[in-house]
Amino acid sequence: MGFDVMDRREFIRSTAIFIAGASVPAAALEVMSAKELFAARPDIHWVFLVDTTKCVGCGFCVKACKLENGIPYDANVTRTWVERYVLTKDGKVRADTPKGARDGFITKQIDENAEGMKDIKDEDIDKAFFVPKLCNQCDNPPCVQVCPVGATYKTADGVVLVDRTWCIGCGYCIMGCPYGVRFFHPVEHVADKCTFCYHRITKGRKTACVEACPFGARDIGNIKDPNDPVAKVIMTQRVGVLKDEYGTKPQAFYIGLSKEVR
Amino acid sequence: MKNHVWRPLFVVLGVAALILAARMFYVPKDFGVHDQGYMYGFHRLGNEQDWKDQKPEYRFEPEYCSGCHPDKAEELSTSPHAIIPCEDCHGPAKGHPEDPPKLPIDRSREQCMRCHAYLPYAQSGRSNIRGIDPAEHNPGTECVICHDPHHSNAVETPHPQPPLP
Ligand code: HEC
Ligand code: HEC
Ligand code: HEC
Ligand code: HEC
Repeated sequence: MGFDVMDRREFIRSTAIFIAGASVPAAALEVMSAKELFAARPDIHWVFLVDTTKCVGCGFCVKACKLENGIPYDANVTRTWVERYVLTKDGKVRADTPKGARDGFITKQIDENAEGMKDIKDEDIDKAFFVPKLCNQCDNPPCVQVCPVGATYKTADGVVLVDRTWCIGCGYCIMGCPYGVRFFHPVEHVADKCTFCYHRITKGRKTACVEACPFGARDIGNIKDPNDPVAKVIMTQRVGVLKDEYGTKPQAFYIGLSKEVR
Repeated sequence: MKNHVWRPLFVVLGVAALILAARMFYVPKDFGVHDQGYMYGFHRLGNEQDWKDQKPEYRFEPEYCSGCHPDKAEELSTSPHAIIPCEDCHGPAKGHPEDPPKLPIDRSREQCMRCHAYLPYAQSGRSNIRGIDPAEHNPGTECVICHDPHHSNAVETPHPQPPLP
């Protein structure tokens, strides 16, 4: 028996080598250059620009997004939504988004959830405005990091997508997103999120929400193109991002963003 | 060492081999690490094309509508509503007029109130739009009875105006 000549030390050694080798995934053995790893596409990277001062809260963007992308119209889920912020003189900040503002804001009453609808007197208002929200297509997307099966990923041009055939519906990404932009699709039974209308932007069109907005409160552009109007604004004006402190590097930029907006 | 010590190892190796073989069939060829690296680019490449192939519902081409509804487009072009795409109010056109043959007409007050319900929000774009109080301004009557949304002067309307209360 050949085994008899193998001593304990050698056994442990070869076992360790075997385990180390077996734990290297096949993918790691592929040779990749650093350029391939980090460069993605040098010519195109999609970014979004929201001008909160222009938004009137009509909600046509939300309606257009739902109908364009087949998000069940009456289900309480949406890829984009508009928030209303009302700051009163007593220092209180109230925010609501009835049905994600699918039907706009047609009443002064603010939805306080469990406390019902709140009437606020005109003269008590210190500041009030609307904030459209959508996926930030983060450069450091936490939702992608937590996916256990590789169903969600970032494309070379900077858009985070979900593979519906691969998603197992575990919901980690929905929990992982600090902006709450992900939800469980009630019909497809997978995680769902804004795609920056990937089917439109890759064909030279703008997203449905951008084209639907009558007031120019939303726009999408290519930050790698110095002549792109959106890129110019982001490079030269004072723009803010949401929850900068999380380090997610959000790619949706806001003009006129108040510090109260979370 | 005795043979029976090795037997469980062979079983484990067999199971591992089986799982790897099954994985080879189950996981698509284009699944792997792509442009964004290990952290963010681990996916099935073909899914990018799946998303690109999604069919658009909205056209958002003003020239398209004006080709067949020149009267409406002409009227609207001189109205303060000219900034509003037709499909915002009439819904996605898709293959209209083949599919659907007619676009819906929403005459509800709620459609107009999206922009015209008065809200005292000075820091928002809403403050630039003349607002009405829906509870005071001819309640119960469709706005379009008195205001043609396409007309250059929506206050002066071609519709027969019922006597105001
Ligand atoms: C190729 C010609 C054509 C184009 C382009 C077209 N339409 Fe139409 N549209 C029609 C026809 C035909 C009808 C049916 C008219 C009827 O039956 O009274 C119609 C009906 C409608 C109706 C319903 C009218 C009613 O009386 O019920 C609306 C609203 C409408 N179109 C809006 C649009 C909009 C908005 C666009 C642009 C996105 C558009 N159309 C583009 C031909 C066209
Ligand atoms: C602000 C919302 C709004 C916009 C923008 C709008 N419409 Fe309309 N449209 C309506 C409403 C409301 C009616 C019903 C009017 C009525 O009953 O008097 C209507 C009626 C129509 C009709 C059929 C009724 C008729 O009077 O013949 C057509 C066709 C039509 N619109 C086409 C268009 C086209 C084309 C555009 C874009 C150029 C457009 N609309 C933009 C709200 C809108
Ligand atoms: C997307 C927002 C929006 C929607 C929806 C909308 N409007 Fe307007 N409307 C405007 C804007 C912007 C103006 C121009 C600013 C102003 O005069 O207040 C305007 C102006 C008007 C005016 C005054 C126009 C004039 O010529 O002096 C009337 C009346 C009016 N709209 C009626 C309607 C009616 C009726 C509807 C529903 C069919 C409607 N609007 C839907 C945005 C909207
Ligand atoms: C019974 C007819 C009638 C109905 C219904 C009606 N309006 Fe009017 N509206 C008028 C008349 C007349 C005026 C101009 C006199 C005035 O300012 O009150 C007017 C004025 C307006 C103005 C301009 C206000 C300003 O300050 O200059 C807007 C905006 C408006 N209407 C929107 C609407 C909307 C939105 C609806 C539906 C929710 C609606 N109207 C329903 C008759 C009507």
